[in-house]
Amino acid sequence: MRLSCPICGERDRREFHYGGAALERPAPEAGAAAWDAYLHLRENPAGRSRELWYHESGCTAWLVVERDTVTHEIHGVTLAAGGR
Amino acid sequence: MRLKTGGLIDRGTALRFRFDGHDYTGFRGDTLASALLANDIRVVGRSFKYHRPRGVFSAGSEEPNALVTIGRGAGAEPNVRATMQELRADLEARPQNCWPSLHWDLLEVNDWASRFIGAGFYYKTFMWPRKFWEWVYEPAIRRAAGLGALSGAHNPDRYEKAYAHCDLLVIGAGPAGLMAALTAAEAGADVILADEDALPGGRLNGERATLDGGAGSDWAAAAVARLRAMPNVRVMARTTVTGVYDQGTFGALERVGHHLDDRPRGLPLECFWRIAAKRAVLAAGAIERPVAFAGNDRPGVMLAGAVRTYLNRYGVAPGRRVAVFGNTDEAHRTAADLVAAGVHVTALIDARPDARSTLSVPFYPGGVVTGAEGRLGLESVRFEAGGRSQGVMADCLAVSGGWNPNVHLTCHLNGRPVWDDGIAAFVPAPGAVPGLIPCGAAAGVFSTAGCLADGARAAAEALGGLGLTAPDLPQPEAEDAPYRIRALWAVPGKRRAWLDLQNDVTVKDVRGAAQENFRSVEHMKRYTTQGMAPDQGKTSNLAALAVLADATGRGIAQTGTTTYRPPYTPVAIAAMGAGAQGKGFAPERRTTSDQASRKRGAPMIEAGLWYRPSYFPKGGERTWRESCDREVGWVRNAVGVTDVSTLGKIDIQGPDAGAFLDFVYTGTFSTLKPGRVRYGIMLREDGHVMDDGTTACLGEGHYLMTTTTAAAGPVMRHLEFVAQVLRPELDVQMVSVTEQWAQFAVAGPGSRDFLNGVLDAPMAEGDFPFMACGEVSVMGVQGRLFRISFSGEHAYEIAVPARYGDALFRALVTRAEGMGGGAYGMEALNVLRLEKGLLTHAEMHGRVTCHDLGLSGLMSSRKDYIGRAAAARPGLVDPERERLVALHPVGIEKRLLPGAHLFAHDAPAVREAAEGYVTSACHSPTLGHPIALGFLKSGPERLGETLRMVDHLRGVETWCVVRPLCSYDPKGERTRG
Repeated sequence: MRLSCPICGERDRREFHYGGAALERPAPEAGAAAWDAYLHLRENPAGRSRELWYHESGCTAWLVVERDTVTHEIHGVTLAAGGR
Repeated sequence: MRLKTGGLIDRGTALRFRFDGHDYTGFRGDTLASALLANDIRVVGRSFKYHRPRGVFSAGSEEPNALVTIGRGAGAEPNVRATMQELRADLEARPQNCWPSLHWDLLEVNDWASRFIGAGFYYKTFMWPRKFWEWVYEPAIRRAAGLGALSGAHNPDRYEKAYAHCDLLVIGAGPAGLMAALTAAEAGADVILADEDALPGGRLNGERATLDGGAGSDWAAAAVARLRAMPNVRVMARTTVTGVYDQGTFGALERVGHHLDDRPRGLPLECFWRIAAKRAVLAAGAIERPVAFAGNDRPGVMLAGAVRTYLNRYGVAPGRRVAVFGNTDEAHRTAADLVAAGVHVTALIDARPDARSTLSVPFYPGGVVTGAEGRLGLESVRFEAGGRSQGVMADCLAVSGGWNPNVHLTCHLNGRPVWDDGIAAFVPAPGAVPGLIPCGAAAGVFSTAGCLADGARAAAEALGGLGLTAPDLPQPEAEDAPYRIRALWAVPGKRRAWLDLQNDVTVKDVRGAAQENFRSVEHMKRYTTQGMAPDQGKTSNLAALAVLADATGRGIAQTGTTTYRPPYTPVAIAAMGAGAQGKGFAPERRTTSDQASRKRGAPMIEAGLWYRPSYFPKGGERTWRESCDREVGWVRNAVGVTDVSTLGKIDIQGPDAGAFLDFVYTGTFSTLKPGRVRYGIMLREDGHVMDDGTTACLGEGHYLMTTTTAAAGPVMRHLEFVAQVLRPELDVQMVSVTEQWAQFAVAGPGSRDFLNGVLDAPMAEGDFPFMACGEVSVMGVQGRLFRISFSGEHAYEIAVPARYGDALFRALVTRAEGMGGGAYGMEALNVLRLEKGLLTHAEMHGRVTCHDLGLSGLMSSRKDYIGRAAAARPGLVDPERERLVALHPVGIEKRLLPGAHLFAHDAPAVREAAEGYVTSACHSPTLGHPIALGFLKSGPERLGETLRMVDHLRGVETWCVVRPLCSYDPKGERTRG
C-alpha cells in the first residue's frame, strides 16, 4: 500500500503509522455518551472511511486519508492540521 | 538423450554435476532437469504420499515432480525445482522423500495400500484414542509423507531485499512482454522488464516457429539486447513477480546467486524486490495442462510444450520412442518437432475426431490414452481410437490438454477470473487490478502474431495512462494459427488417474470429495489437499475443478476457482525477511557512554532498542547483587554517576507552548518560570496514565520535556497528534532531541561538591535549588544542569551535546571514584527509585489512573486536558480500585516477587479472592530487607495490614505488610537539602 503525503509525495505504507478513525474530539462537558462514543464506538465501514495516518518516518505530518476499505482505493490525503 | 545438434546451450562449456551420488555432465545453458534428461535419468524423486517414482514433468516453474535438494550441510536447500535450477559447475543434487534409495523405496508400500488411504483416510481413521493424534499418528504420518527437509541449522547464506520504482513494470519477456517493453521504452517510459527465466524470450526459446523468417530465439535475444542498451530500461532476468499489492506495489524474487559456479563473497543468493510501478503489463504467458488418465504420473509422461522446449532449447530428446497425446494442434506441433529432431514418434493421438495430420507418423484422430505402463519409467502406452483399444511402445509420452492463461497475479486483489468457453480456460477479469493490463497468452491470446500485437496494444494503453504516446513499431511476421481445442480433462477409467502430482491427488479423490458432499471447490481443496503443495496446483487445479464440476453436475464457470494468493511461486522467508536475521532483527541504540561502560565490564541489558549497563562489577564481587548493593551505597553515602540519555527529550517551542503543555499534562505548566522544572503526568484520552516525566522551562515559550525511555516514540507521536489534529490553532513546534544530548545523573550527598569541581563556574550558595535548571559551562562546553532526582538524594542531571558525552562520562566517573563513589547501573537505579516509591512502566502499565498511583493531586481542576473527561468516570475513581502501595516482608521467609498476587491473610489463594499484585521488587541494602511496590484494593487505606503474597508460578508463599509508598526519607529532606 502506498500513500501520497501532501508534503513528501507518494511513499510506502511502512513509513506511516495508523492512527485510527478521524473523529471530532467532544467538548469537555459533552457528557458520558459523547465521550463513550469518541473513545470506544467505531464504525466498521465496508466502503469509504476517513482515517488518520502519521508520517512517522517522513515529515511527521498527521494526515487524513479517505480510502475505500473494499477496493483499497485512496480518494484523498490531506494534512490534518489543514493550512497550518 | 542429448541431440547431436541444436539448442541454445553452450556445447563448448561442459559442466560436471552430481545427482543421487553419481557424476554426470551437462552444458552451460542447461537446467538440472534438461541435464538429467540428457543423461537419461528418468526417476528424479518419489511422490508425496504414495512414494511413487516420478520424473521431470515440465520445463518451468510449474514443475510438480522434479523437486530436489541442492547442496549439503546448513546451506542445503530443499524442494528446488530441477527445471528452475540452472546447471553450474559441481552442482550437487539429491532426490527427496525416498528411503533407502530412489529406486527401492520402502514406503512404496503406501502405493500398494492406496485403495485404503485415499483422501479423507486420515481424518476418518486416526480419530481415537484422541491423545494419539498429537504424539503417535501425526509424527508418523509426517515422517512418511512430505517433500524435502531443512537442515535444521542456521542458514549461512546471504539474502537481500531491495526497492525499485518505475513507470511501467512488464511481467514476462515472451513475445507479448518484449513487444510491450519495446513499445514503452521507445516512448521514453521508465521500464522494468521482469522475467522468471534466466533467458528472456518465453516460448520463443522453446519453439521452432520463426519471426521475420529468423529463429524466434534470435529475435528475442536481439530485442533483449536492444532493451538492455536503453538507459530507461531495466531488464531483470531470473526474477519472478510473486505478488500484487495495493497502489501498484509488486513483490518479486530475483535468483541472484543460484546459477553461479563461484558466488563472490557477499553476493546474496536471492533478492526480494518491492517494485512500485505506475502501470503494469501482465505478459506472464500460459501454463500447459495435462490430461488425467490411468498411470499418468509415470516418469516419461510429460507436458508436450516441455518436450518441445527440451528438444529446441536444450537439444535433449526426453525419449527415444515418443508418443504424443493432445486435444489441440499443440500435439501436432510437438510431433513435427520430434520428427525434425530425428526422434521416433510411435503414435500421434488426437482427441479431436475431426483432426487432420500431414505428418508421416501413426495418427489416431478421436483417440484417448487409457493407460501408461512401466514401474520405474514409461514403457508402453494404451489408447483407444476408433472403438479399438491398442498399445504402443513409448518411453516418453508428450501430453497436452490445452493452455491455462496465467491469471494468478490478476487475482491477488480479490479479482475472480472469468471462464472463456472458446479456449476452455479462465481469463483475467477486466480491470481486476487497477493499472495492470493483461496481454498475450496471459489474456488468452495464443498465436505468436496475436501475442506480439497484443503486447504492443497493452503498452499503448499503459502509455496513455502515463501521458505518453506509443510509437508505431514494426511488428515482426509470425505464425497466426487459430487455437482449436476440444476440452478434455480426464479419460474415464477404473484405475488411478492423477490430477495433482505434487500432492498425490487422483480423479477418484475429487469424485470422492463430491460424494461426501464437499461440493464447494474450497471444501474439495481442503478435503483432498488438491493444489495445496508448493506448486499450488499450477498444472492440476483446473482439471480438478472440471472433475468436481462434472461430479456435481455443474459447469466449470459455476463451480468457480479457489482463491489465488501470493506468492506465485515459493519465496524463502530468508528472502522476505532479508537483513532481519540475528542482530539484524532490531537496530541497536547505543549511548555515548556505551564503550566506557563495556570497558568497565558492565553487562549491558536491553531497554527497548537501547543498551544500558546493568551494573559495574568490581574485583572480588561474585554476584550482581553485591555490585548493585555497593552502587546503591555510593549514591546514598557519596556520589554516583549514571547515563540517563535514553530518556526521551523533546524540545518544545512557540508562543503557545505553555498552553500546549497544559493540554497534554494533567498539571499546569504555563505558570512554570524559566529556570524551573516540574514533574508531570500525561494521560491517554481514556483517562489512564500514558507516561510521566519532568519538563523544564528553558526560556520564554521554550520547554524541554523528558519522557521515559520506553515511551519516547509514542509520546512524540502523541504530541504531534495533539498539536496537529486536536489543537491546530496553537502556535507550537516540537522536535525530538533525545540523540542530540548526552545526559548524566549525578546523585548523592556529595553531588554538589562533586559538580562544583566539574563546572567552569561553581554554583553559588542558593543556586540551583531543588527543581531548578539552567545553562552551565562544563570544561569549556555549554551544557544544561537540572536539579532533579530519581534516587531521593540531592542530585542533578547534567547534559552536554552528544559529541562530548563519552568524554564527560569518563571524566565524571573518574572524579566520582576519587570521592568514594563511581558509576552505577540500571539495577542500582531501580533499587534507589523503589526505596523512594518512584514510578516506572512496571507501575504505569496502561491500566492505571492517577488516582491508582496516588497522584490525584496532580490533576488540575481548572483546565481541560487530554484524558480529563474520561478520568472522571466513576469506575476510574472508585476508592476500592487497586491502588499503589509499598510492601515490606514479615515472617521468617523474607521474599517479595514481582508478578505475585496478594490475598487477605485469611483468604484462599484463588483468583476470586485476589486483592492485588506485586509490580516491582528488589532487595533494599539501605533498609536491609526486600521491598516491593504493588497494587492493592483500597491500598493506602490498609497501611499496616498483613497480607499473603502467593506466587503460583514459582510456588512461593510469604507474608508482607502494607506500607506507605515511600520507604526512604519520606519527607524528602535529602532530596531538597
